[in-house]
Amino acid sequence: MTRPNTPTPRLRAEDLTLSYDRRTVASSLGVDIPDHSFTVILGPNACGKSTLLKALTRMLRPAAGQVYLDGRAISSYRSREVARRLGLLPQSSNAPGGITVGDLVARGRYPHQRLLKQWSAEDEEAVAEALRQTGVLDLADRPVDDLSGGQRQRVWLAMVLAQQTSILLLDEPTTFLDVAHQVEVLDLCAGLHARKGHTIVAILHDLNQACRYATHLIVMRAGGTIAAQGDPASVMTAELVEDVYGLPCRIIDDPETGTPLMVPAAPKWYQPEAGSADTAQTVAGAILAEAS
Amino acid sequence: MKAVPETAAPAPTPGPHRKPPTPAAYPAPSRPRIVTGRVVRTRGGGLSLRFQGRAAAGTAALLLALVVVMGAILTTGDFELSIGEVVKALTGNDTGIADFIVNTVRMPRLLTAVCVGAALAVSGAILQSLTGNSLGTPDIIGFTNGSATGALLVIVVWHGSMTQIALGALAGGLATAAAISLLLLGRGLQGFRLVVVGIGVSALLLALNSYLITRASWQEALEAQAWLVGSLGNRGWVHASAIGLAVLVLLPPALFLSRRLSMVEMGDGIATALGVNVTRTRAILLVISVALAAFATAVTGPILFIALAAPQLARGLTRSSAPGLVSSAVMGALLLALSDLAVQRLFAPALLPVGTATGTIGGLYLIWLLITESRKSRS
Ligand SMILES: Nc1ncnc2c1ncn2[C@@H]1O[C@H](COP(=O)(O)OP(=O)(O)OP(=O)(O)O)[C@@H](O)[C@H]1O
Ligand SMILES: [Mg+2]
Repeated sequence: MTRPNTPTPRLRAEDLTLSYDRRTVASSLGVDIPDHSFTVILGPNACGKSTLLKALTRMLRPAAGQVYLDGRAISSYRSREVARRLGLLPQSSNAPGGITVGDLVARGRYPHQRLLKQWSAEDEEAVAEALRQTGVLDLADRPVDDLSGGQRQRVWLAMVLAQQTSILLLDEPTTFLDVAHQVEVLDLCAGLHARKGHTIVAILHDLNQACRYATHLIVMRAGGTIAAQGDPASVMTAELVEDVYGLPCRIIDDPETGTPLMVPAAPKWYQPEAGSADTAQTVAGAILAEAS
Repeated sequence: MKAVPETAAPAPTPGPHRKPPTPAAYPAPSRPRIVTGRVVRTRGGGLSLRFQGRAAAGTAALLLALVVVMGAILTTGDFELSIGEVVKALTGNDTGIADFIVNTVRMPRLLTAVCVGAALAVSGAILQSLTGNSLGTPDIIGFTNGSATGALLVIVVWHGSMTQIALGALAGGLATAAAISLLLLGRGLQGFRLVVVGIGVSALLLALNSYLITRASWQEALEAQAWLVGSLGNRGWVHASAIGLAVLVLLPPALFLSRRLSMVEMGDGIATALGVNVTRTRAILLVISVALAAFATAVTGPILFIALAAPQLARGLTRSSAPGLVSSAVMGALLLALSDLAVQRLFAPALLPVGTATGTIGGLYLIWLLITESRKSRS
């Protein structure tokens, strides 16, 4: 996806310094989000992933550097104009007490509405579609307070989808979800990426899911620097994981998709049972044999 | 079949090629309702409006109750008047005693009550929404005590007139808000921090106010005490028009920003992502809220609990998920008018200040709030 002479992407950051109060989280950070890519940002806790996402969506004003959207500094846009071009799912938000699922998702239409254009047919269509895609249409008239964590996460995602932007930035969209719903949400994003050509940027913690779905990986390390970026197959190496997470591991091919699969090394206390000299090796071998 | 003329053919039996049933016969599977409320749209779609039926009905009911209470205040009392006499006096067709009672005594006091109630309620609704905390109201986070400090300074130090006291209260409230904003500078005016800092400032100001009273002469202390309870007694057209003007100027921009306010309630992240300039929206609404509270307090002295209770009660009544500024305003006006009716009629001839009534109602409400909240957090 990142050929050397691609035109400048729609969303990119140049030489960012990001800080809260006077504490700097990242400095001279530059990222390009390739157009029509499914970009996944990886990195250990507190390395500044959410902070980067906030800067990319002008929630956080960079101390230095600039974020560009469609060739113009993002700070030069009117708020609403940005909201029609990129949508954001923050790591945490609060639903107003007593609001129904439908009403909450309908708020995603805010950037498209006017004082006298409060609920157009397009609004209704977009909201219904978003509810359907995230599988919460049946919950439309339930209060958000009554939902489970996973249902709530899908409702927030629906709200961002209702915004109908062609760039979507999602901060850990799979937290709180059971494994089936994680796959469902990622499949949904992959569908938006593949069928509609949307640009998706998601922060994930599961390296293997990231390698499966991403067309472009951005790996950050503690201190807010970029350890590597590029397509998963070339980026995801055992050295990188060791460097970034300090976790010894082995990278094998995902038997289902052939994408990199990270298997953590056996812990030190682990005693292989008599008869199997290297259990991890055996398991990996068995998986590979099954795949071929 | 062949011999039968076509015209006499029996009605064709439904065959495989029958016309598809009309949509009326087979209604499309009813779409689940997505959003609450009623939608009105023009054909072209150029105009579309959404109404919350329950909120509108609740507000209408409150308005009706307010009108009834206003009627009761204007007609009853030491000098009973019929509705006809009141209307005649209001339209200027009466020059006798009714004219004096209605236009000079009762009406300005009533309008002051209605406008102060509305101003306090809207101020509270905005602050509660901005802080995401039902305790985030001007009387709890220090603006009201700041107004009191301003007023006390005028009474005790400068021995000022009623108007100067009001101006002192106005300046005190605004200065307190400015001080709190400075304390929070650069850290955002949000939520919990604003409430905590505000409560701290409020306690400091309360101590300062007590100190000022100890320095006062016996007469000044009495005057200060009378002002500190919050009263509608002797309020004339000057007061009514001052607070009326403040409400007229400050309410429309607040209403205009109320949709943005409901976005900000969801968190700065979501609100920014949806295209709201959060910092600006917060700042403007905070100024409006502070100014409404300061004007109200300047006119009547501190009237507690309206700002706390009215928005919550209005929300409960309308079951709205948005900060209902209009319903809060009407609820505030109703509560204060009702309190005034109570102190004027139930406890007559004692001249009880209205602050005692709202204090009682507010205290009961606070107890109820704490009980329900603790029950909620236990479940
Ligand atoms: N609002 C804030 N004010 C001050 N410091 C903050 C704020 N938000 C984050 N930080 C700090 O900035 C650093 C980066 O935080 P960030 O939220 O970007 O991490 P992250 O990579 O998203 O972590 P996680 O995987 O846990 O979500 C952390 O050290 C954190 O403590
Ligand atoms: Mg994060």
